[in-house]
Amino acid sequence: MISLAGRDILHAWGKFVFTGIGLGLLIGVTLTMAGVYRGMVDDGRALLDNSGADLWVVQKDTLGPYAESSSVNDDAYRTLLAMPGIAQAVNVTYLTMQVRRGDLDVRAMVVGIAPGRPGIPGWPPYLVAGRQITRGHYEAVADIASGFRLGDRVAIRRNHYVVVGLTRRMVSSSGDPMVFIPLKDAQEAQFLKDNDAIWQSRRRTGANPAFNRPGVPDLLDAVIASQSTNAFVNAVLVTLEPGHAPEEIARSVGRWKRLTAYTRPQMEEILVGKLIATSARQIGMFLVILAVVSAAIVAFIIYTLTMDKIREIAVLKLIGTRNRTIAAMIMQQALALGLIGFVVGKITATFAAPLFPKYVLLVPFDSIAGFFAVLAICVLASVVAIRMALRIDPAEAIGG
Amino acid sequence: MSSKGIRIEGLKKRYGGGDTAVHALKDVAMDVAPGEVVGLIGPSGSGKSTLLKCLGAVIDPTAGRMTLGDEVIYDDGWKVRDLRALRRDRIGFVFQAPYLIPFLDVIDNVALLPMLAGVPNAEAREQALELLTALDVHHRARAMPSQLSGGEQQRVAIARGLVNRPPVILADEPTAPLDSERAMAVIRILNDMARKFETAVIVVTHDEKIIPTFKRIYHIRDGVTHEEAGEGRGFD
Ligand SMILES: Nc1ncnc2c1ncn2[C@@H]1O[C@H](COP(=O)(O)OP(=O)(O)O)[C@@H](O)[C@H]1O
Ligand SMILES: [Mg+2]
Repeated sequence: MISLAGRDILHAWGKFVFTGIGLGLLIGVTLTMAGVYRGMVDDGRALLDNSGADLWVVQKDTLGPYAESSSVNDDAYRTLLAMPGIAQAVNVTYLTMQVRRGDLDVRAMVVGIAPGRPGIPGWPPYLVAGRQITRGHYEAVADIASGFRLGDRVAIRRNHYVVVGLTRRMVSSSGDPMVFIPLKDAQEAQFLKDNDAIWQSRRRTGANPAFNRPGVPDLLDAVIASQSTNAFVNAVLVTLEPGHAPEEIARSVGRWKRLTAYTRPQMEEILVGKLIATSARQIGMFLVILAVVSAAIVAFIIYTLTMDKIREIAVLKLIGTRNRTIAAMIMQQALALGLIGFVVGKITATFAAPLFPKYVLLVPFDSIAGFFAVLAICVLASVVAIRMALRIDPAEAIGG
Repeated sequence: MSSKGIRIEGLKKRYGGGDTAVHALKDVAMDVAPGEVVGLIGPSGSGKSTLLKCLGAVIDPTAGRMTLGDEVIYDDGWKVRDLRALRRDRIGFVFQAPYLIPFLDVIDNVALLPMLAGVPNAEAREQALELLTALDVHHRARAMPSQLSGGEQQRVAIARGLVNRPPVILADEPTAPLDSERAMAVIRILNDMARKFETAVIVVTHDEKIIPTFKRIYHIRDGVTHEEAGEGRGFD
């Protein structure tokens, strides 16, 4: 026996290929959407991995520092260091903002890292070019996704920084590239007022007779200086000594220090479960819509192809073709369409993924799941056409 | 009368029931010997197609008796269980239009029937080629139906009707779309094939050009058949 479906496809290959390509683009979008979600999760994990911390200590009862804002006194780390089991406790600030280089304006997450050496929490764990920050001010290490190059001068608020090093895959949970700068600079940038605000504040302070005393000329300067320094950071990144359970230490930090500490699994839950949950649902909605549209396209095409063959199907039945054979022919055509679509979609997604501004992670599992979803959709979509074909009366071949 | 061929006795067909029932066949009697080609002629609505559908086992008659060869296939009810196999193996159909399967080439359009019966592809194609050769279209065996002329298509359709060597051919206005020369050619082919393969052929027609070629004609009017002698003029 010959394959009726195969022959029909070869005969009408143009229709199949073009519909397959159209369907394929849709499937490509679907796979990419799944990849966007995977990329977001992976960005979140990379963020946590790259911070190098075992515990994140944040302002009490906040989900900081990534999902909510949090501010912690910048000397809290000293008391944390005194706790048993804590090896390192390092201040860090995170601030998402626009970073400028000439005309280029990049959305970035500016990370303030405490003075020290590479390897302490918060520092970029490895560089792809250049060196780490060595000076206390105005040096930056940027992720290459920012588009910055070594030696670039970038502006963060009012200050300029020289890019001395480049990292890779150092992004915020929303995919913004990171720019690392010294902690002091970052604290200043975070709370920096514009010139007018500073002037206003100074005028107000100067007009206050309690500060502006004729007999104590240094008092006003000291007050103004204390107003314009920022003694807060967003979090303290903590590493533990071996043999200490993170949960226990997190609990005792919460109990004694009027701070909240999160372990790695808790942070992951906050990032993946809460921060990107809405995006995930949004993507889920798109996936459903795309699946429905794909099903509609396959159903429509298979239905039309079958409609065009009513007379031939009646003849096939008249000369003794089984219903099963005819149903198989239609279903095979739908599956062939799905197969073409999947191949086109997979290729499209693979080539398109790197072009997206945010990280798109194509996981084999999604491709396999997508493949079976496409097959299932095609089978479902062929049901309408099959039902119609089975209702065709062989007597129709003989006519009236 | 020969025990082979087609014999129809007292065949009735009623569509629907109650007040709206249509008695399409009231009393049909026919006898066609192997190798014989008879004409079935009647005005529109007289029951020609209904008769072919009953004999072709695609609709159920209401009553009567039909015999194919030695076997009673219908006697107030079907006597064969697999009507699909009956159609496939023992009845050849030729329609007004060729109705070839557009996505199969000529040889596979014909070979499909033996293939459906389980004959291996190579053997089925051999049988098909034999018929195509007999009908003089073997040189188009690998062409697609859309590449053939109308006459060639109709010859391929006849080859398809004959390939399983059915004892019966039912032809429903096979010459309607053809000019008189081609119509005559088709009738000649049907006669040749009937003789060659010992096939009983019923040709439904109201084509004035070919009516004189039949030796015997059945007239059907309001679901009742009357036999009469035809001119049997031959083809020249
Ligand atoms: N499926 C059907 N249901 C009801 N009546 C039908 C059906 N098919 C045919 N008829 C009626 O049966 C009669 C015979 O029709 P048909 O066999 O098609 O005649 P012919 O082929 O000679 O023109 C007509 O009156 C027609 O209206
Ligand atoms: Mg008719």
